Amino acid sequence: MSAAREVVIEARGLQKHYQLGAETVRALRGVDLEIRRNEYVAIMGPSGSGKSTFMNLIGCLDSPTTGEFILNGHPVAGMSDDELARVRNREIGFVFQTFNLLPRSSALENVELPLVYAGVGKKERRERAVAALQAVELGNRMDHRPNELSGGQRQRVAIARALVNTPSIILADEPTGNLDSRTSEEIMALFARLHGQGQTIIMVTHEPDIAAHAERVVTLRDGTIHSDRRQTPAPVVARPARVEEEAEAALSGT
Amino acid sequence: MPVGEALRVSFQMIRVNKLRAFFTVLGTVMGVTFLIAVITLITGMDSYMKEDFAGKVYGFNSVMLRRRPSVTMTDDPELRRMWRRRQPLTFEDAEWLGERMETPGIISISSDRGGKVSGPSGRTLESVRISGASASFFTARDMGVEAGRVFSEQEAARGVPVVIIGKDVADKLFDVGSPLGQTVRVQGFPYRVVGVLEKQGSLFGMSMDNVVIAPAKSRVNGYVNPHNVVDEITFKVSDASLVPRAMAEMEGWMRIRHRLHPGDPNDFELETASESMAFWNKIATYLMLALPLLVGISLVVGAVVIMNIMLVAVSERTREIGLRKSLGARRRDILAQFMIEAGTLSGAGGVLGIGIGIALATLVSSISPLPARVSMLSIVLSIFLGVGVGLAAGVYPAYRASRLDPIEALRSE
Repeated sequence: MSAAREVVIEARGLQKHYQLGAETVRALRGVDLEIRRNEYVAIMGPSGSGKSTFMNLIGCLDSPTTGEFILNGHPVAGMSDDELARVRNREIGFVFQTFNLLPRSSALENVELPLVYAGVGKKERRERAVAALQAVELGNRMDHRPNELSGGQRQRVAIARALVNTPSIILADEPTGNLDSRTSEEIMALFARLHGQGQTIIMVTHEPDIAAHAERVVTLRDGTIHSDRRQTPAPVVARPARVEEEAEAALSGT
Repeated sequence: MPVGEALRVSFQMIRVNKLRAFFTVLGTVMGVTFLIAVITLITGMDSYMKEDFAGKVYGFNSVMLRRRPSVTMTDDPELRRMWRRRQPLTFEDAEWLGERMETPGIISISSDRGGKVSGPSGRTLESVRISGASASFFTARDMGVEAGRVFSEQEAARGVPVVIIGKDVADKLFDVGSPLGQTVRVQGFPYRVVGVLEKQGSLFGMSMDNVVIAPAKSRVNGYVNPHNVVDEITFKVSDASLVPRAMAEMEGWMRIRHRLHPGDPNDFELETASESMAFWNKIATYLMLALPLLVGISLVVGAVVIMNIMLVAVSERTREIGLRKSLGARRRDILAQFMIEAGTLSGAGGVLGIGIGIALATLVSSISPLPARVSMLSIVLSIFLGVGVGLAAGVYPAYRASRLDPIEALRSE
């Protein structure tokens, strides 16, 4: 890992407390972490480890109780809701376990959505969304609605949506949780390719198989970092026959 | 502000769930339907009163002198007795006035009563309006003939038995051939037809063409009115601006003629088209005052329903709101989206209401003599009201949506 790479995420003494009735839940008890550009990080940890809370902070969906959190130069702590929304729009590409596509909108419209909130004009929006869909090899499925796509295709639409506004990080929350192992491999291959193109990827998962694809694994336990190790990413299994999947998608109703 | 996106989603929601959308905006639809239907009928009445009624009853730019008002709504017997005690107007009054009026204009007289008219084939029409008039009457009322001629001053002065018949009478008595030169019997008296009136149309469903007009001094006058008595003396001026002057002058002369002392009330009526308009305007004003109340109730009920459905929509779509927020939607974007949805929905209801309202008014006017005319203003008003109700109803649900915590919202099922 070259030291010349700039820091994208910098967390210092990050704490997050929740008030649950009379009790204060200390979900994060001081996390220090630095992630540099073009790193591929898996965040692991059992439930209750503070993994989700940490992900929400990285995703700028929440701000810390104490501590510093700097995302691509933006000090996030103390930001208003609308400022956080702006940072999410520009800096973060979310990929969810359940895809979270708008069911009544086409793939193209779904991918355009972050650009709508970025205030990008209609024509440019379309061009960029088309390019993002082509980048995930869905250029031929742009007018399909989510229910006309297979699970893997849906997740690829979601990844295109995450990429479209050129964020500084891709933040994926259990991206393969709803996919079979073959499709999971396909998504991991896509992540590996994006990483190869210089994308910074942070992936929250509880599956060691999936975490194995990252080059760095951060494990949380009881609200602190338990381990932070680097590894050689597991090679992605050769892509299964795409023909098969295309046929499946075609049958599922196009 | 992604207004385009909000509109796109709004129409999508309406399209996907048409029935629910319809029930949601039923209040708006009903309110606007009612508004449009009533305003359309009032506007129709209004233009009818201005353009047709006043002209047909009084003639344009005319002052009408009568013993008693032509249109009355009263059944006060005292008032009726008072009118009967007044001295009637006579041919001499008309001549006397005609010699003295300084305002330039045409004086004419007319009297009428319903009676029988029979044709050469022996067919008899009951309750035809039989008018006795002066030759100037046709000019004063802007009445033309479609065939033949009107009677002349000389014929009128000598009481020659010639008659101008209305279109309905002509059609009913003469199936074939021209009525001109034929003899009809008006209340038993033989008259020679010299002209057929142009079609006059109808007034509140009553045909204005079921009429015969004969010289006032001809024999039928004995049936229409007691000897020498006339119903109306009409003074027509060339321009509306001369009407008040003519009216004041006629009043002055008639007070002299009837030897009224200063302070005595007039013992005659002077009417103009604007008098009848004042009466109609009063009715229209009452209708217009009652309207906002009725429309308002529908719209308030409509707003409450929309607000509730929007609250349901917000909770159904919590996850979508969370997703939009995670992708960078600010509070105001979510607020705008749900406000625009409510506004679009209700606006669509308004448009539907406009359609139904116009259809309803057209239906009413086709089965009743009430005329209908669509007013552009009412359409604009309806669209504003429709959208406005939606926006007002959408504020609270949209505010709730905009305040949702994105983490909670994304987690919801």
